Amino acid sequence: MQHPVLACRKVSRLYGARASEFVTDGHLTTDNVQTLQEAGITPAIFNVDLDIERGKTFVIMGLSGSGKSTLLRCLAGLTPPSAGKILFESKNLFEFSEADLIQIHRHQMGMVFQHFALLPHLTVLGNVAFPLEIQGRPRAEREEIAQRMIRLVGLEGREHRFPAQLSGGQQQRVGIARSLAGDPDVWFLDEPFSALDPLIRREMQAEVIRLQGMLKKTIVFITHDFEEAVRVADRIAIMKDGQVEQVGTAEELLVSPATDYVRAFTRDAPRAHILTARSIMTTSPSAGPFGGEVNATDRVISFARELDASSLPLAVIENNEIIGAIDRTMLLDILIGPETQAVGA
Amino acid sequence: MKKASALPAGVVFGKPVNLRHLPWLIIVILSVILAELPRTVFPRWVQKYPTGWRLSLADWISAFMHWLTVDAHLGPLTVSGFTRALSFLLDLPLQLASMVLATGVLKGQGSEAVMLFPPVPWFALIIAIAALSWTLRGWRLAVGMTIGFLYLAVFGQWTSAMVTLASVLVAALLSAAGGLALGLLCVRSATFGRLLSPLLDVAQTMPVFAYLLPMLILFGFGPVSAMIATVIYAIPPMVRVTVVAIQGVPDELRSLGSMTGCTRRQMTWRILLPTALPGLMVGVNQVIMLSLNVVIIASMIGAGGLGWDVLGALRRLDIGGGLEAGLAITVLAVMLDRFAQALVPDARRSGPSGSRSHHRVIAGALALAGLLWIAAALWPAIAHYPESARLSTGPFWNDLVSWINIHFHDPLDVIKTFMLLHVLMPVKRFMLALPWPWVVTVVTLAGLWMGGIRLALTVGLMCGFMAVVGLWQPAMITLYLCGVSVVIAMLLGVPVGVIATQRPWLMKSVEVFIDTLQTLPAFVYLIPIVMLFRVGDFTAMIGIVLYAIAPAIRYTAHGISHVPESLIEAGTMTGCTRGQILRRIRLPHALPDMLLGLNQTILLALSMLVITALVGTRDLGQVTYAALSKADVGQGVVAGLCVAFIGMISDRFIRQAIRQPGS
Repeated sequence: MQHPVLACRKVSRLYGARASEFVTDGHLTTDNVQTLQEAGITPAIFNVDLDIERGKTFVIMGLSGSGKSTLLRCLAGLTPPSAGKILFESKNLFEFSEADLIQIHRHQMGMVFQHFALLPHLTVLGNVAFPLEIQGRPRAEREEIAQRMIRLVGLEGREHRFPAQLSGGQQQRVGIARSLAGDPDVWFLDEPFSALDPLIRREMQAEVIRLQGMLKKTIVFITHDFEEAVRVADRIAIMKDGQVEQVGTAEELLVSPATDYVRAFTRDAPRAHILTARSIMTTSPSAGPFGGEVNATDRVISFARELDASSLPLAVIENNEIIGAIDRTMLLDILIGPETQAVGA
Repeated sequence: MKKASALPAGVVFGKPVNLRHLPWLIIVILSVILAELPRTVFPRWVQKYPTGWRLSLADWISAFMHWLTVDAHLGPLTVSGFTRALSFLLDLPLQLASMVLATGVLKGQGSEAVMLFPPVPWFALIIAIAALSWTLRGWRLAVGMTIGFLYLAVFGQWTSAMVTLASVLVAALLSAAGGLALGLLCVRSATFGRLLSPLLDVAQTMPVFAYLLPMLILFGFGPVSAMIATVIYAIPPMVRVTVVAIQGVPDELRSLGSMTGCTRRQMTWRILLPTALPGLMVGVNQVIMLSLNVVIIASMIGAGGLGWDVLGALRRLDIGGGLEAGLAITVLAVMLDRFAQALVPDARRSGPSGSRSHHRVIAGALALAGLLWIAAALWPAIAHYPESARLSTGPFWNDLVSWINIHFHDPLDVIKTFMLLHVLMPVKRFMLALPWPWVVTVVTLAGLWMGGIRLALTVGLMCGFMAVVGLWQPAMITLYLCGVSVVIAMLLGVPVGVIATQRPWLMKSVEVFIDTLQTLPAFVYLIPIVMLFRVGDFTAMIGIVLYAIAPAIRYTAHGISHVPESLIEAGTMTGCTRGQILRRIRLPHALPDMLLGLNQTILLALSMLVITALVGTRDLGQVTYAALSKADVGQGVVAGLCVAFIGMISDRFIRQAIRQPGS
């Protein structure tokens, strides 16, 4: 397997006057959160292990105070962890020299911020070209790239506006264009849409999915909104009190939640959009007859109508073989909700 | 002290006396008893601080200055050689600015000087500035600047105003740049900030008079000493504003800097400073205002310009002349401020529209101004504003004051006598009757209760200092004059501030009024007051109240009008009347702001004290002023420090009060 772009190895970040007493040689001396808390230390993140794969969208999800922003700052090389290692391309991110870290930030990372972080004294063009200006690229080159980025996010014609003259959605488009201007390998999005209206938020999510389809970046996306996570993520990590509760695809979290917290978190998820035929079928297939066929990887939403209209069960196909069957009662279970349903393991 | 007598008053009206306030009540009662007891009851050392116990700090400072200027060496260089060299360096930009604006290029010395090239003629400067203002902010600013400069030309203030402008420009630039640099250092190193902070406090509260003399000794008589004194006076707010503005840059923008790979320098220059610029401009505004404030004082040590004109007019008791020169300072202040604000790019204004034509206008106007300048060099006759077209309102003001004096002498006298007999004299007697050990003890105890051991030590030592250096009596007179004036300023200012917020039109006129009062040199309005009320404590009090009322009004209005809208709505929804909203919501919410206003009022009152020394008070201001005229460095510095300490004691108490709401 290819090595992950970014990885966390037992990463912790502690706050409190006595925090340094519990760290030796970059390792925590205790595995017990309570010991730390009794010493007046707040572990913002605690013993986090993660692998972030190349070209995939990895979502870190949690409520406020769960440590997701601290984790992002560690991953992005902004805040050093108190213990553990952040591996970037298999090298410890915080063992790079300051000059090397600056080069990594300039050429390999880009970030979109929750409150946009646009520079108020620069125009749209100036903001998007800002990272290139910092790199010291010549004016003509950086403005050409910036123009391309502005077209990419659909803001052409507004290059010479100032941020204060744009709507929230437009401002965040500028933020997105700017974060992509340096052509980063890893694209960090820190709750990029939580400051936006729900309608705009949906539109911007579609924008990120569209851009990701074109650019194939490695994305680290922070959100507190499970629906948003489902929409954009390849894999999701759910955090609580500084610890990762579970990592997996949206469907894995839904089908086999590791903890009650994950179960509660995913309760109101749009199940029909997440679950595939495989996770709701019965594996003891009757011989038929079938009303039709669906692929094991098809989402429920894509065949729900067909199933509803058919009086016979549908066959679930994988590699041209029938591996299971779905009937209308299963559809109803999904709609009614998880309390009355015992899905999978 | 004043604080102690103010606190329990609120208790008497309300509920039964709260135990928390009991110590204050006891202190007040004891103070009154102590003050009323015949003096002979106390041992001699309590009645008056014994001369034998005095610390001759003033002599030591004088001796030190002597040593510094005569014997001290920095490596191979004597200190005085070093300061003279520095003075020469600082003189260069000053020379350049006044060459361009006021004096022209001269050859030779004194009255034999021959002008090789004239300064910018008035019409050329107006054209250039108007064109610049128009491109920066449009025609409104251009018209305003033109009117301002025309005022200077028409009323015959041009040459003096340009001398002042040159020195203020250089001083303001130095203060702004220096303040910015110090502020950035404070942000970078907390230790540096902690070390600098008390020095800034002293620089801000010590009267300028107190360090004029050391400046003169170190840097020689002339504009450079005046400029350095100005910078010392004007730099503290710039440092403070810089720290606040830089720390106020959102964290996200710092992260942005890191994420785009900014080096430390790029972070400062590309992210922090541009984002903090609107905040920093508040500091620049302060710097300009403060620089203009000391123009008059600086003119005493050879800076010349408008300040000198005002002083001259005062000596002739020429109200009209003084007022016109004084107003010229105000006009200069307003113009400088507006122009400086216009230099900040406005993010809300659309950028590029017609920027090329703007460039063309600028180039054309500058070329025209240059041509006119050359023309003025060739035909010097056209360079000066014609004498015959000058106006003066001087006679009008002189007549007005005499008219008031003739027709309203009796009622004015009644007011004065009443205030003197029933307010000023009793308070003064009370303050002077308090035994000094008692006052020091009370101040220390108050520090202990309010803020703990650190505060107690700080304020106690500062208070003791005044007794130890033998300036107890003038310090108490200072406290009485300042205290009464501050109370009156607050009694007048708070209601005005409250009423003004309810009526926007009133707010505007009040703002113009207090802006004028603050930029108009205090000397100017002291003259009519002196003519109406003659010299004495009452006159000084009016002067102080007029000067110090501005923050009382401004901070109250700010606090009242910045109550969150949701709180007001909550009040409305619970059925509060307008009065209830004011009393139950707005006023409590505005209290911290009003306390800040009180703080500023006290500091301004203290700084005004030194100027009112001219009208014959007997306080610390007088001691400072007398020391200046006797060239007694030590006494001047020590008296100045006493004034600074009074300001800092009240500042520490008020800040502590703001920090613990409800106390």
